[in-house]
Amino acid sequence: MTEDLLAESSKSQVQDLGPSIPTRANWAEEAVAAHAGAEHLTREEQVLARIAKARARKPKIKEKRITLSHGAGGKATQTLIEAVFLDAFRNPVLEQLEDGASLATAAGRLAFTTDSYVVSPLFFPGGDIGDLAVNGTVNDLAMCGSRPLYLSCGFILEEGFPVADLQRIVASMAAAAQAAGVQIVTGDTKVVERGKADGCYITTAGVGLLERPTVLSAAAAEPGDVVIVSGPIGDHGITVMLARGELDIEADIISDTAPLHELTANLLDATGDGVRLLRDATRGGVATICNEVAVASQVAVVLDESSVPVRPVVNGASELLGIDPLYVACEGRLVAVVAPDRADAAMAALTAHPLGAGAAVIGTVKDDPPGLVLLRTTFGGTRIVDLLVGDPLPRIC
Amino acid sequence: MKFVDEFRDAGTARVLATKIAALCEPGRHYKFMEVCGGHTHTIYKHGLEDYLPETVSLVHGPGCPVCVIPMGRVDDAIAIAEHDDVILTSFGDMMRVPGGRGSFFDSKAAGADIRMVYSPLDALKVARRNPDKRVVFMAIGFETTAPSTAMTVLRAAADGIENFSIFCNHVTIIPAIKAILDSPDLRLDGFIGPGHVSTVIGCRPYDFISAREGKPLVCAGFEPLDILQSVYQLLLQLGEGRCEVENQYSRVVPWDGNPKALQVIGEVMELRPHFEWRGLGFISQSALQVKAKYATFDAERIFNVPGVRVADPKACQCGEVLKGVLKPWECKVFGTACTPETPIGTCMVSSEGACAAYYNFGRFSRERVKEATHS
Amino acid sequence: MCLGIPGEVIELMAEHEDLAMVSVEGVKRAVNIGLLREDGVLDLAPGDWILIHVGFALSKIDEAEAKASLDFLTGLGDAYTEELEALAASDIT
Repeated sequence: MTEDLLAESSKSQVQDLGPSIPTRANWAEEAVAAHAGAEHLTREEQVLARIAKARARKPKIKEKRITLSHGAGGKATQTLIEAVFLDAFRNPVLEQLEDGASLATAAGRLAFTTDSYVVSPLFFPGGDIGDLAVNGTVNDLAMCGSRPLYLSCGFILEEGFPVADLQRIVASMAAAAQAAGVQIVTGDTKVVERGKADGCYITTAGVGLLERPTVLSAAAAEPGDVVIVSGPIGDHGITVMLARGELDIEADIISDTAPLHELTANLLDATGDGVRLLRDATRGGVATICNEVAVASQVAVVLDESSVPVRPVVNGASELLGIDPLYVACEGRLVAVVAPDRADAAMAALTAHPLGAGAAVIGTVKDDPPGLVLLRTTFGGTRIVDLLVGDPLPRIC
Repeated sequence: MKFVDEFRDAGTARVLATKIAALCEPGRHYKFMEVCGGHTHTIYKHGLEDYLPETVSLVHGPGCPVCVIPMGRVDDAIAIAEHDDVILTSFGDMMRVPGGRGSFFDSKAAGADIRMVYSPLDALKVARRNPDKRVVFMAIGFETTAPSTAMTVLRAAADGIENFSIFCNHVTIIPAIKAILDSPDLRLDGFIGPGHVSTVIGCRPYDFISAREGKPLVCAGFEPLDILQSVYQLLLQLGEGRCEVENQYSRVVPWDGNPKALQVIGEVMELRPHFEWRGLGFISQSALQVKAKYATFDAERIFNVPGVRVADPKACQCGEVLKGVLKPWECKVFGTACTPETPIGTCMVSSEGACAAYYNFGRFSRERVKEATHS
Repeated sequence: MCLGIPGEVIELMAEHEDLAMVSVEGVKRAVNIGLLREDGVLDLAPGDWILIHVGFALSKIDEAEAKASLDFLTGLGDAYTEELEALAASDIT
């Protein structure tokens, strides 16, 4: 029987099955027509140059409905932000598109940020949605170079959600706030019918004091700069993925959620104005941050795969699932772009703090090719690390 | 990682690269086709082409089971998913493949219950947990994956699960390779043969390629050193005037394949008279369908599938890319109408598709990339 | 989709004759080993390595063949270094 299968299969032939007339996919015909007139280029360099131009064009949103990709932190999220939100709300502060807004007021400079938390499941090894909410907001403020001060939090609760679970979440938030030296000073609560909120969603806003004159920006990177990550990547994303229980995989790993305000303060104190940019590596991971820097500063970010710290268990899970740790979310790791003469001071400041013990230099900034992130693989070859399309791990934070 | 890291050693790669260059006859250009989508992926992910001389080019073949699914079959699956009581389960790679009216992802956003699974057994679990729903598994893949689908159907039968079925789109590898060999536009010097498919079918089915068609074939593993070694072995054969099937992936591939795996395929499935392959047309005896004995697990018998044929847009050249006749960037719509965000064809959407691999990993003048990373 | 990963068998599960607990770098998952059972005979024990594809074991990794492959690859390296050394040491003048 098995021989039959192989034997018959080897007699296959391409056939012409005659005149059944196929229909056409209208969306595809329209997409092709939209680019009609674009002359066919015969040289590889010309094609690539055209692609670079196309990628630099003003973003337009093509989908009629929101899909999970829009929440992944990759290309679709970026397009949504630029084509829908930025387009409508446009102002110079918003256009910076940093982790938090830097506001000049008569009272001094403030950092202001907002975040929402929709993680599923709500409770996972190493933390819960409450920890994420506080640490995540504190971290956005810290990445602006500010000292986090006050948080607000709004709850959207689903009818039927156990009060005991809410108390657990709130207790986590209180403990996290204390550890981060912030106060939750105002809030809001709404309840929606069963089935409309998946248990609990949390929205936060945070305010911090910009005590240092340093201006941090993704557009500030320069050739020669050094890219540093504060510890092993991917722990949070993999933990949450496995905690969902759909994959029947167990591993000894917990979320890395942590407040990074002390780490950033130490780093900024040690390096003065030598830090160009700080970002926490959440949705979209390290790869996404590097792409944002490359585009905003019009430089090349060149990463060295063998220098990127990844725990073996994160590697194993990623291989098993077919995903790349460079794109997996962390909730307690930062990426810093630092001037070359301050790199040593930066590493010393990071490694001296428990949350930065695993810090490593993972790459450098070059001037060419601008706008791209390149990776020197452990194998010694090279490849591009592009922005994510689609979402390998939905609802991670 | 054991059995992985050792086969990624850069030092060994450098030595192999020198040996490969030494085997190349001056003035001769070599073209080897790597059939498996997994090989395409490895080559780009590790930047393997940096280790090959300019005179050796690797051509990407049709061994990507997602890439060969015609738009009409995606539409059929969506039609099944749109029944209120159906949960459609699918591997992640299929989620963004565009059909005539959009992808599984689009359909999910519009309200269909479509869920990503890692294994057909996960789909069976969804069926057990949702007895009031009909769960359909979108079964794709070559002979590598067909045994797993078949085992799952047998498990469902043994456990009396009545709400589970498969929409069978399994295809077989030999017809794909034959379609390449019969193609007039292509001159190849040899094949980097399928790795995991060979674990199931063994190496004998490829004999006709060396015996009748005169091309050497080396079954290759999926780590970068495996592929480099396979190129080395192919060049050695050509240099020594040999033309054979060799097994580089001997640590995993048994010469006679996996008899049990073939037996379970044969128990649950049979060859279709013909099947449409995207870009390659209708090929007889090239795809599998569920046998009558297991009709209650066959989604095509349970649901009224439209069976509409949707033509590829005239500008889509997936077929030529799949056959290795065109390089991704030579396709007229590459990078303009067809990008990873807005894919027209399957070669751009599957993680193993040549166009996606090139766009996401290998794009940009290799000289500039090398300069930037090695200085 | 061709994704096949090597994993180490930790335990053959008692509750289910076709399941084994397998570890990939410390990540544990139950894998169906039914395709390795032929005519009721299963030649698999904890410590063996298998190739995992979509939750099923497709093949048992032959450690001897793996070693042979690696030896061939590193041997190429040795022969090469020997050649280089020989070249450096020889003097044809």
